[in-house]
Amino acid sequence: MSSPTFSADGAIAAQSGMSEAEIEKRAVDAARRQKRFVIAARLVILAGLLSFWEIAARTGFIDSFFYSYPTAIADRLWELITEGTDEAPLWYHLAITMQEALIGFIFGSVFGILFGVALGRNRTASDIFSVYIKVLNAVPRVVLAPIFILLFGFGLWSKVALSFVMVFFVVFSNAFQGVREADRAMVANARILGANNWQLTRSVIIPSAMSWIFASLHISFGFGIVGAIVGEFIGSRYGIGFIIQVARGVHDTAEMYAAIVIIVVVVLAAESVMTMIENRLARWRPPALSEQDH
Amino acid sequence: MSLGSESERGAAIELRHVSRKFLSPDGKAFSTLTDFSMTIARGEFVALVGPTGCGKSTTLNLITGLGRPTSGEVRVMGQPVNGIDPRVGFVFQTDALFPWRNVIDNVMAGPLFRGRPKKEAEAAAHDWLARVGLSKFARHYPHQLSGGMRKRVALAQTFINNPEILLMDEPFSALDAQTRLLMHEELLNLWSITKAAVVFVTHDLEEAIALADRVLVLTARPATVKSTHIIDLPRPRDVNELRYRPEFIEISRRIWEDLREEVRHGADAA
Repeated sequence: MSSPTFSADGAIAAQSGMSEAEIEKRAVDAARRQKRFVIAARLVILAGLLSFWEIAARTGFIDSFFYSYPTAIADRLWELITEGTDEAPLWYHLAITMQEALIGFIFGSVFGILFGVALGRNRTASDIFSVYIKVLNAVPRVVLAPIFILLFGFGLWSKVALSFVMVFFVVFSNAFQGVREADRAMVANARILGANNWQLTRSVIIPSAMSWIFASLHISFGFGIVGAIVGEFIGSRYGIGFIIQVARGVHDTAEMYAAIVIIVVVVLAAESVMTMIENRLARWRPPALSEQDH
Repeated sequence: MSLGSESERGAAIELRHVSRKFLSPDGKAFSTLTDFSMTIARGEFVALVGPTGCGKSTTLNLITGLGRPTSGEVRVMGQPVNGIDPRVGFVFQTDALFPWRNVIDNVMAGPLFRGRPKKEAEAAAHDWLARVGLSKFARHYPHQLSGGMRKRVALAQTFINNPEILLMDEPFSALDAQTRLLMHEELLNLWSITKAAVVFVTHDLEEAIALADRVLVLTARPATVKSTHIIDLPRPRDVNELRYRPEFIEISRRIWEDLREEVRHGADAA
C-alpha cells in the first residue's frame, strides 16, 4: 500500500509520518484516478457492445434486417442530420416533437401541481375526488391517442393533449403525496408563528413538497415525449414519431434506430437541464457525502 | 412571585375540568384527559412531568388552540381559546425549523407571517440572533448547524414574537446532556427578558426542577394533576451549581416518589 485510498465510508486512510498536505494531495489524486477509471470503463463497455453488435450483424449471427448495425445507423443519423427527410429537415421534425412535448409537459405539470396541492390541502375535496382520479389513472393513457386525433385533428393539439395526460397524473400524484408528507411539527410551527392558510401553503407546504414534485418532473418529461411520439405514430405529418413510422413502412430499421438515438439525446439533455435547475433551487439541502458525480 | 394566588382573571392559562376524548380507528372512544384543571399565573414557569403518553402534549395542544377540549374550558389570558392565539409561542421537541430557509429567514418568519414590514422583521431577527449568540450564522442553513444551535434558532424564532405564553414540548430531549445544560441557561436568560408564562413538558426531573417555579406531576392516562411541588429556589439560578444543592436533591427525591407510582401504572397499562 503506497497511497492512501478511500475506504467505504469516504474516510481517508493514511500512513503515519505524512504531512496534512501530503495526505490531502494523495487523497485528491486517488479520487481523480478513480474517476478516470470509471469513465474509461464506461467507454470500454460501450465500445465492446457496439463492436459486438456490428460483428454479430455482419457475420449473420443476428439478423441485420431487424437489428441493423451501428455503422449503418451512424450513416443514417448523419444523413438525417445533414439532409433530413423528404418532407422536412431534421430540425423541423425535432422542433415539432419538442413543441408538442414541451407544451404538454408545461401545462401538465402546472395543472398537476395546482390540483395536487389543492387536493392535498383539502381533506374533503380529496375524499370526494380521489375515487375519480383513481379511475382516470387506471385508463392506460395511450388508448386516448386515437380519440385525441379525432377530437383535435392531425396537428399539434392532439399530441399536446396526449402529452398533457401522460404528464399530469404523475405530477399530480407526487404533488399530492408531497403535500401530505409535509412534517406535522413544521406545519404546526408555522401556524403558531402566525401563518395564515395561504402563507402556510406557500412557504411551508409547497417547499416541502418540492423534492417530490421534482422527482416527478424528471420522470414525466420522458412521459411527455412518449405522448408526443405515440400521437405522431397514430397520425401526423411531421415529427420524430413520424420519421420512425415512415421508416417502418419501408423497412428501414437503421433509420428507426437513428431516430431513437436522436430522441434519447434530447431526453438526456432535458434531464440534465432539470437537474441543474433543481440543484439551484435546492441549495438548502445537505449534500450527500462525497457525491461529486454530477 | 405569587404562585396560584392571582385572581382568575389575571391567570395566564386556565384549564377548568377539561376532558379530551379521541375516537380510535375502530370507533372506540378513549380519553387522554379527564377532569383536568390547572392554573398558571402570568410570568410563572411551570413544568409538567408525567409518565410517557399520559397526555402532556394534548394539554399543550389545547392551550395553542390546535386541539379542542371535549368538555370543560380552556382560557388564555382570561379569554376562552378560540383558534390560535397570537400571544402563544411553541417550542417543539422535533426540529420544526424550515430547512429551505437560512437562519435569519427562519427567525424572521413569525413577524413576516404577522404582516410586519420586512426591514423591521429583519432587524428584530438580528437582535434575537445576537441574544442566542448566533449572529455569525445568519446565512447558514439549518442542516449546517449542530443540534444545539438549531434549538437556539428555534428559541429565537419563538421569542421574536414576544409570546406572553410559552409552551415547550420536551424541547431539549434530543440534545446531549452537556448541550442541554447550556440550553437551560440560555432559556432562563431569554425568559428573564420576556417574562412569559411557561408550560414546560419534560421527562427529565432535574430539568423540571432547575427551570420551574412549580412542578406538576400528572397521573397515568387519563391524566389529571396528581400533585404540585413548589420549587422555592432563588432566581437568578445557576443551573450548573443548583443540582448539587441539598434542597435540590431533596425536592427531586420527593417528586420522584410521586412520579414513580404513575410511571409504573403507565407501564402496566401499556
